[in-house]
Amino acid sequence: MALNAEESGRLAGLLSEHAERVTQRWTEIATGSLRGRLSQAELRRQVQELHRSMVEAGRNGVFDLESESAGELRAVLAELSRGRARQGFTATETAVSVYAVKDVLLELMEADGGDASLRDYVAFSSLVDQMGLFTFESFVRTREGLIADQAEQLLELSTPVVKIWEGVVAVPLVGTLDSARAQVVMERLLQTLVDTGSPYAIIDITGVPAVDTQVAQHILKTVVAARLMGADCIISGIRPQIAQTIVALGIEFGDIATKASLADALRHVLRLSGAANARRPPRRES
Amino acid sequence: MTAGIDLGHPQAQAIQSDQDVVRVRQLIRTVAVAARLSLVDQTKLVTAASELARNTLIYGGGGEAEVTTVDNGLRRGVRIVFADDGPGIVDLGLALTDGYTTGGGLGLGLSGARRLVDEFDIVTGAGQGTRITVTKWSR
Repeated sequence: MALNAEESGRLAGLLSEHAERVTQRWTEIATGSLRGRLSQAELRRQVQELHRSMVEAGRNGVFDLESESAGELRAVLAELSRGRARQGFTATETAVSVYAVKDVLLELMEADGGDASLRDYVAFSSLVDQMGLFTFESFVRTREGLIADQAEQLLELSTPVVKIWEGVVAVPLVGTLDSARAQVVMERLLQTLVDTGSPYAIIDITGVPAVDTQVAQHILKTVVAARLMGADCIISGIRPQIAQTIVALGIEFGDIATKASLADALRHVLRLSGAANARRPPRRES
Repeated sequence: MTAGIDLGHPQAQAIQSDQDVVRVRQLIRTVAVAARLSLVDQTKLVTAASELARNTLIYGGGGEAEVTTVDNGLRRGVRIVFADDGPGIVDLGLALTDGYTTGGGLGLGLSGARRLVDEFDIVTGAGQGTRITVTKWSR
């Protein structure tokens, strides 16, 4: 994969001799695949930087992307991949910007046509392949970093327990309810019941795509725990398909009140807590 | 018994963790939508898959789910095979009884999943692992 000292010298010579033409053609070829999503000036700057660090690495003798002398080039490639990954370009679009230099080299060396330059071209070409692969890897690493960040943010997306009326708190559940989240939900709900002194809690499952026995068990446990603390729980957001699934599964909600929508559940609670409460508007700070 | 021609390539999903159970659910939902199952049937199939995938993980010690779109000439459907090399089920009749559990759940997963799908086939035995095939047809 590595170029020997003479080859890398010739590569550096070739690139620096035709510097203007190389960067010009390189930019032109790379532009085609990016379909105008990156400004010409920006792309030109990136190409010039790549070009400069390639020449530099070539002048330092044996040219191997892994070697120390190519550190600068690796940094430039990594920077390019990071930028592209964050801007939402595909891995192919990113790699093509690097591979474009092959076409440029071919155009430059074609004229000569001798055996020696053919051998050189094959050597240069495999070096560019290596650069492309390195770009690809950096790109994937950046993407993986982004995904890890997002996963962490998702975990932080807490399930809020909100007070929706005097003495009524609601927990809107969204997404998958695994054991860890169910535990967090239960703790938050019980704590909020204590903090607000609310006698009613509404658990809304509109955002839960499928209620299986595990989800049902978590909800049932939460309701029982809330009851032990003297609060009444209502489950709302039971859509037709969920109702049919629950029946087929054979899950019994017993005497727990269930409603189709959060509005129904609130109406139910207000009726329970007395007409007086229902008419009284929520307290306002004046 | 399980008539129908396989359409397209089966898609497999390993089941080794809780995240994989979620992945199975998402895969099944995607395939069920593509097979034009109604919303109710999608939900039923996804829920059944969730139960069986969790059983594969908890009792089978992990395994694999494989989903295929099938066509019996009249209707399209989705077929899922859950397979594990776990200890197997010794007393199938008891395991299929509502409320019976050895794991602290509600004891409705296996029996409930059977009621949620149109075809349910189970091959198991002590020390033989478990292989469950379920199919849901579009209406």
